[in-house]
Amino acid sequence: MSDLSTRERVHPGSAPGEDFHLEIVGDGDFQTADMKLSIGPAHPATHGVFRIVLEMDGERVTGARPVIGYMHRGFEKLAEHRDYRQIKALVNRHDWLSGFSNELGVALAVERMMEMEVPDRAQWIRMLLAEWNRILNHLMFIGSYAIELGAITPMFYAFREREDIQHLLESATGGRLHFTYNQVGGLKIDLPKGFLRQSTELSALIRKRVPDYHDLVLGNDIFQARTVGVGPLPPEVALSLGVTGPTLHATGVPEDSRVTEPYLKYGEIDVDVPVGENGDSFDRFYCLLARISASLDIIDQIHDHLPAGPVNTKLPKMVKAPEGATYLRTENPLGQLGYWLESDGGRTPWRLKMRTPSFSNVQAIPYLLEGVLVPDAIAVLGSVFFVVGDIDR
Amino acid sequence: MATTSPPGVGLMKGLAVTIKHLFRYPATQMYPKERPDLPPRTRGVIALMDENCTVCMLCSRECPDWCIYIDSHKETVPPAKEGGRARTRNVLDRFAIDFSLCMYCGICVEVCPFDALWWSPEFEYAEYEIDGLLHEMGKLREWMDTVPPPPPLDAGAVPPAEAADAIAKKEKELEAEAAKQQETEAKEQEAAAPADGGDGKPKKAEVKVEGAGEIDQETYDQLIAEGKSERIARSKAKAAWVRKEKERLAAEQEAGGGDDAPAEKPKAADVHVEAGEIDQETYDQLIAEGKSERMARAKAKAAYVRKQKAKLAEEAAAGGGDDGDGGAASSEAAGDEAPEDAEAAEPKQGKLADVHVEGAGEIDQETFDQLIAEGKSERIARSKAKAAWVRKQKQAQLEEGGGS
Amino acid sequence: MSEVLWNTAASFTAQSTSITTFDSFAVSVVVKIAFALGLFFVVPIVGGYLEHKVMGRMQARRGPVEAGPFGTLQLVADGIKFIQKEDVIPRAADRWVFAAAPGVALVPGMLIFLVLPFGPGVFALDLELGLFYALAISSVSVLGILMGGWASANKFSLIGGLRAGGQLIAYELPLILAAITVAVQAGTLSLVGIVEAQATFMLPGTEINVWYVFPQILGFGIFFLAAMAELSRPPFDMPIADSELVFGYMTEYTGIKFAMFLLTEYGGMILMSALMVVLYLGGWQLLPGVPLPGCEGTGGLFDCGVTGTLLGVGITLGKIMALVFLMVWARVAYPRLREDQLQRFAWLVLVPLALLNLALVGVAKVVF
Repeated sequence: MSDLSTRERVHPGSAPGEDFHLEIVGDGDFQTADMKLSIGPAHPATHGVFRIVLEMDGERVTGARPVIGYMHRGFEKLAEHRDYRQIKALVNRHDWLSGFSNELGVALAVERMMEMEVPDRAQWIRMLLAEWNRILNHLMFIGSYAIELGAITPMFYAFREREDIQHLLESATGGRLHFTYNQVGGLKIDLPKGFLRQSTELSALIRKRVPDYHDLVLGNDIFQARTVGVGPLPPEVALSLGVTGPTLHATGVPEDSRVTEPYLKYGEIDVDVPVGENGDSFDRFYCLLARISASLDIIDQIHDHLPAGPVNTKLPKMVKAPEGATYLRTENPLGQLGYWLESDGGRTPWRLKMRTPSFSNVQAIPYLLEGVLVPDAIAVLGSVFFVVGDIDR
Repeated sequence: MATTSPPGVGLMKGLAVTIKHLFRYPATQMYPKERPDLPPRTRGVIALMDENCTVCMLCSRECPDWCIYIDSHKETVPPAKEGGRARTRNVLDRFAIDFSLCMYCGICVEVCPFDALWWSPEFEYAEYEIDGLLHEMGKLREWMDTVPPPPPLDAGAVPPAEAADAIAKKEKELEAEAAKQQETEAKEQEAAAPADGGDGKPKKAEVKVEGAGEIDQETYDQLIAEGKSERIARSKAKAAWVRKEKERLAAEQEAGGGDDAPAEKPKAADVHVEAGEIDQETYDQLIAEGKSERMARAKAKAAYVRKQKAKLAEEAAAGGGDDGDGGAASSEAAGDEAPEDAEAAEPKQGKLADVHVEGAGEIDQETFDQLIAEGKSERIARSKAKAAWVRKQKQAQLEEGGGS
Repeated sequence: MSEVLWNTAASFTAQSTSITTFDSFAVSVVVKIAFALGLFFVVPIVGGYLEHKVMGRMQARRGPVEAGPFGTLQLVADGIKFIQKEDVIPRAADRWVFAAAPGVALVPGMLIFLVLPFGPGVFALDLELGLFYALAISSVSVLGILMGGWASANKFSLIGGLRAGGQLIAYELPLILAAITVAVQAGTLSLVGIVEAQATFMLPGTEINVWYVFPQILGFGIFFLAAMAELSRPPFDMPIADSELVFGYMTEYTGIKFAMFLLTEYGGMILMSALMVVLYLGGWQLLPGVPLPGCEGTGGLFDCGVTGTLLGVGITLGKIMALVFLMVWARVAYPRLREDQLQRFAWLVLVPLALLNLALVGVAKVVF
């Protein structure tokens, strides 16, 4: 045993000082210990500084423990010292792939507390950009998941599409990832001329390109061999762990707050929530891909509905949420994002608690990883869809 | 969920997609040789128009990263004319932005009350030494040359205040001219029409159309024939119906003529009400519905304010109604000529969105049945029916409000 | 002394004359080694450039554009960069094994180039046991990979090395069985002899000359898949599997040692493609039954003038690059299999099929 621990200490792949129990099996000369494999904090499969300690018997995982917090930036505490305009620039950074949806959540929460009426046009535009943001996010995960399974090409196609969408959003917001386009009571400024035409064209273009992903990834025999039946998540486990978003939809539960608790104008249009059957990695990926088409449908509907009018309301000199608290949830690309905003009537929140989808989704990882092989562990890890900044905040 | 195709077909498709791309033009932008085409709103670098800066320090205070450094001193300006008072003014000594700290949120540009800070899409100012990222006043001023003009806004947008003022002024002049001309014409022809010199054609967007999902059958059939999906065709047809309806209403309104100069009614928001009291009725109702005490109080307070405002507005309207006989005449005229006009004019009096309806999940059974019959899923039908119920309730409340 | 050695060596070689053979033993040796090394360093760079460009265009990119005209010198620039890099050896590593591993992996690749015929007379040696020699030597590479995986003292390296060991042993079998089938049909183990045999092979009962790829399309498929697995090329790149094992047995390698592993891979790609060209695609024959201009002798493939020789080399390289293109295409289009799926595929699909192929060809050989 002492021999083993010395080797553990010098072994770069191992994790010193872990309170992970290594079981010694067999007797006599055949005593072996299960191997402990630390994936991350800097590992190609974790896209970020996420770490997961695997306890392994050969290549089979017998236990997994996610170690989070390497990227903790104290957003909740920082928000307590920022006024509502500054918070918006802060929250679009915890999940850097869904900046617009994040700031939307904060804006909606403050508006609800202030009982503010947001102009219709602003609400429709918010929806439009939120859906584009959703596609932007999903494309990223489609590319990165394929890379995790060894297919390098979808990433490049996905980034080509992302570039087009980012260019479109940049023309309206000025940002490519961190949009800071929302403000309490509406939007910073109206859309520039030609935005809607470009948006319509881009929607048609991406609709034309989506089949490529079906052919290249989803329909590929090797991809199916790697994902079908791998890491199935039963709906009741998913619900009890608080898993949301495409990961939950894959289990067959169509819980989507755009439908069940419509915010903005989602109640006035058709929102299609694609669901899977088995909750395995394949279904999770399928839901992600199908949600792109669903979001494009929503975008087309928004183009038809968009009314004319103002996009912001007159604000007091200092935006102050009245004393009280509210919990607002929105359907972020990765799942439900909730903001618990508690105010003492001042210009900063007294407390801003974030319920981030990635944090809840990674809770399913220990359940999913038990008993799978290392390659499958990667296939499962990638299909849970998380952003490390969103886990650690 | 796995798409079942014979084995190998998926593999062939993958090969087909990649070989297709081999013969396409690559998406690569040859960056240093080809300049990226950046939109004017791009947040690349912050430029300073130092002549405009009054050293109000707003940007510096609002900056979440505290990366703006400002130094200034006061100067006494001698009186402009004999016997006047000497004035002090702030003179900017130093204005620096540390771009190694900046997170490009744009709050400083947003808060600047005198348009001294601007965004420029320039982005190539990377440095080998971090000190180089601290841009002093001179450098910030140089960026000013790269600031593009702001892009024109979308057609549906409300023009910015300055532009709107200018447009209003011009319109007023035109109106006055037109009215004069009309008057002379009216005198000459002794026409019976009392008030015909309105401000032209009402804009399409101003006409609101309330539809419960009607669709334009013609468009629908055409789209289906084009092979679009049922759902897309329906939504497009719906939009087409709305468009047509708007056109029709606008045309009618134009034909109706006189109703475009309603009495200036004070808007609810313009009326100030002392807050603090709560609306007991709403409060009790909410408590009975099981809402929390805090929520009920807040809502009741808001309800009180709303009621008071509505009351005041009504009073004001009643008081001012005398000098605005055009409005009364118009509604009568409209009533005579086209019954739909009343419907079109109605939303002007109270917006649907201004009315709050509290519902505990009631649904509009009629809509629900209809949607189910149309083959929508139970979930969508329910949510739509709920929305329809709320709409109806709002409509009912409005009608009550309008009637009294 | 040298004459004796030369005669001994010559006694193992077949009768075809090579352009690298000179009267003096010393000159011959130097020229032969220079020939093999030159091929080994130049052709993989061409193959690597092809891979970069094709992969780039298939992925809506351009590939290398800056280094040299159209980026042709990219791999040379990479090599120079690798030489400049720091050579890190982990503290816990087994130093000597760690340092020797890339060499053990690389050298067999070089040695095989000695027997590969690239054109009429363009080869270093025409061993009678050429095919046996090539397959035997190529198996040595796996030792280098196992050594690297073990000596790195890294769990990812170890798993990568073990996977590589398992995979390479599993795919060696169908590879050899497929190659043996060709030898059975050709009746010789000499690589030059196999090319010659293909030039004279007629479809039974007709006067139509075909390459072995037509009667042995099954064997060709098996050899191609097994070769990709041998080389750890995607979709069979589990030993490297960068998203799972960081970089497998190469994780801890830096600088020139890493470059040697990479060169092994590119060299292997050329090597396997060249073997396929020789075994199945008629070597330097332009089309089945078409003699090269300026050539006489068996099937119009030997005793060539300068034009014929150059044309022959060009045709061989063209065929090699076509096969490299296929490998790159598969890499671009497919995700990777799982290790157990890979093993299952080898033992349950490829090995039985290869045995079946061998039996069929053996029976056909006896019957016709």
